[in-house]
Amino acid sequence: MNPTANAYRAGWRRALIETRLYLSTPSDVLGIVFPLGVMVTVLLFLRGVDVEEAPVSLGSMSMPSLIGMMIVWGGTFGVLGTMVMDRTNGTMLRAKAIPGGMNGYLVGKLGSVSIVTAFNVVVLLIVGLLFFDGLDFTSPGRWLLFLAVLVLGMAATIPLGAILGALLDNPNNMALVMLPFMGLVAVSGIFYPITALPDWLQVIGQVFPTYWTGLGMRHALLPDGAVAVEVGGSWRTLTMFIVLAAWAAASIAFAPKLLSRMARRESGSTMAARREKVQQNWG
Amino acid sequence: MADPRSSADPAIAVSDLRMRYGDKDVLVGVDFTVATGSVTALLGPNGAGKTTTVEILEGFRARSGGEASVLGVDPARGDEHWRARMGIVLQEWRDNGKWRVRELLAHFADYYRPYTEPWGADELLELVGLTEQAGQRLQTLSGGQRRRLDVAAGIVGRPALLFLDEPTTGFDPQARREFHDLIHRLTDLEGTTILLTTHDLAEAEKLAERILILAGGRIIADGSPDALARAAATTAEVKWMQDGVLQVHATEDATAFTRKLLATDDGAVTDLEIHRASLEEAYLTLVEQFEAGETDSAVDKFQEVTR
Repeated sequence: MNPTANAYRAGWRRALIETRLYLSTPSDVLGIVFPLGVMVTVLLFLRGVDVEEAPVSLGSMSMPSLIGMMIVWGGTFGVLGTMVMDRTNGTMLRAKAIPGGMNGYLVGKLGSVSIVTAFNVVVLLIVGLLFFDGLDFTSPGRWLLFLAVLVLGMAATIPLGAILGALLDNPNNMALVMLPFMGLVAVSGIFYPITALPDWLQVIGQVFPTYWTGLGMRHALLPDGAVAVEVGGSWRTLTMFIVLAAWAAASIAFAPKLLSRMARRESGSTMAARREKVQQNWG
Repeated sequence: MADPRSSADPAIAVSDLRMRYGDKDVLVGVDFTVATGSVTALLGPNGAGKTTTVEILEGFRARSGGEASVLGVDPARGDEHWRARMGIVLQEWRDNGKWRVRELLAHFADYYRPYTEPWGADELLELVGLTEQAGQRLQTLSGGQRRRLDVAAGIVGRPALLFLDEPTTGFDPQARREFHDLIHRLTDLEGTTILLTTHDLAEAEKLAERILILAGGRIIADGSPDALARAAATTAEVKWMQDGVLQVHATEDATAFTRKLLATDDGAVTDLEIHRASLEEAYLTLVEQFEAGETDSAVDKFQEVTR
């Protein structure tokens, strides 16, 4: 039996078990359903708000954008949040103490976050198609585009979450990543067309994946006329794929090195020190 | 995989092991070996460097100097084959809290399959006495149950060497006794070598065939619980009353001294007491002085007593 292949297989089983545990733990599910529910509810009220030049309401236009954002949020923070917790409670150290355990842990983590993110995205898609007029998901071309943006978006953002998780040693610093992300959402054209922003904010927004996954999802789900609202009146399909692929390539290239550095430094005393910091903060 | 090493090779051999954090020396030259199949306790006050030593041996921490060999391999260069032959039970583990007990053990067992035939989850649960908790989530276990699960996870791959770091810290007496029984059951298993750390002398005496006392960054005493106790007890204090005055005399041969005393006192000696120093007293004094920051004098005094 090949030890490496065995570790990956065990990791894949771990991914399935973790997914099941996630979906059967009410607090975990609520943690994602509640904020999304609030956002979707807001969008429901925006169904009566028109956007200039666009054939659909602001609510319907924002729904695909929200799906795009969900890919980045679920991918990056799904990995980051659980990795930070796992470094504090010893799950990661346990993986290090087992032969092939770290590979298995990472495969399990990336796998379960992929499945859960895809699951959440599909739920949002169904909610969107049921409650928002004007969404068009009727041709195979649109299905394919939807799938491509989902897969590429996850490939760009899940390893990014692993990189941040490897760098973030102190769980109290989660806010350092959360706050900039919220700022980025504001300039990524999720809840309003990016063209309404000053030029320099548009530039910042278009550097990061959130704008592009949102754009890709609008392309996949909105009627063709909605393109008039976008930058340059174009879906910029090729540019979208290039930017997301570049993020994916960069994060996949950096992640292994940072993860093995993190794994090397993990020990009982570093974990105890981390836990103490958390207790100081909350105690 | 066949183990090319014979059982006569020590499971652990450490010489002149050093560890320095910044400008603070934690280990200043630790030497010891642990025989294959034995149960050894690394005993010392909190902060003496026990965890550091064990983390170096587990391959979790790079040493500053000296030599170390664990199962014939330098722990700084141990691979996954090496990793598969040892089990690790840490002081406090709260990992995988949402998993169910049986599910987690079965999952961990999978990782060992390329190397050995791991324990079956049910067999293992019976061994550590958690059969009733098999379907429970880990986060609902009591402290004692949780630690027994940690032991199960540590031995699931039938390790040749098991590390137990302060395994009973925070236990009530009942949980502690149950845990000690479990360790005794483990020692009966096909010669697993166990190295446990503890700051509790009674625990070390109860569980280990051999005690290494670590203080001041080095091993200051090394022997079986009996040998250490005898060494500590060589000095005795003889007290008596004579002519209304309390007399005290310290001697290495209390019997000869007393015999001579009583032969020449003309019946004037009363209230005779012979008080033998114990390992426990020597150790408690060591810990007290260590905690007061008097590391050097604590070590000197302890070595004087147990020499």
